[in-house]
Amino acid sequence: MGSSSVVVGTDLVQVSAVAASMERFGMRYLERLFTPDELAYCLREPRAAPERLAARFAAKEATFKVLRVHEEPVPWRTIEVVRSPEGYCDLALHAEALALARARGLTGFCVSLTHEADYASAVVIAERATGATGPVVAPSPATSTTPQCHD
Amino acid sequence: MTEAIRNILKEHGRLSVDISTLTDAADLYQAGMTSHASVNVMLALEANFEIEFPDKFLRRSVFSSVSAISEAVDEIRAAR
Repeated sequence: MGSSSVVVGTDLVQVSAVAASMERFGMRYLERLFTPDELAYCLREPRAAPERLAARFAAKEATFKVLRVHEEPVPWRTIEVVRSPEGYCDLALHAEALALARARGLTGFCVSLTHEADYASAVVIAERATGATGPVVAPSPATSTTPQCHD
Repeated sequence: MTEAIRNILKEHGRLSVDISTLTDAADLYQAGMTSHASVNVMLALEANFEIEFPDKFLRRSVFSSVSAISEAVDEIRAAR
């Protein structure tokens, strides 16, 4: 049996900077950073879009910190905030992000988002199995039972 | 090319210091560039040089200095 520890990451994003990038670079900016499902939800209400997108960008950056990304390329879209119909959010890792989580022995990712007119922030935590002898698999958000945010 | 990169950094890098005071090797993150600003820099570089940064170039170090950006642009152009 191995022990475990908790790893935490946080990030703060200026909402006006996201709005300016949307205006300047349009879909090229949006599609580079966000998954189709993230965009479908965030762009549903144009007035709320910059805040929601800023919170999701913060979640991706916070996840980079949890993953201890150094020189490994991890595209932003491989980290996804998934939202239930009830409004609860979870984190789904794909491809490079999921592979790095496995390599680092990280599991049990949870995310919390918050946003107001000026700033958006996210906190991500994960559990690191320090005594694991085999690969640790990050859980699918579909099987997670711990809602972490409501936005 | 370095001048074009510096102009893009001046417009999109949200640096806390004047880009003209930085050497080509200076750390842009230490100079105030945020992760989000580096996305804008990347998109502006793509438009200016008519390139696209492949996923393998999406590393913090690629955008860490004028020199590093210049090397990356050269490498992407050479691979076309």
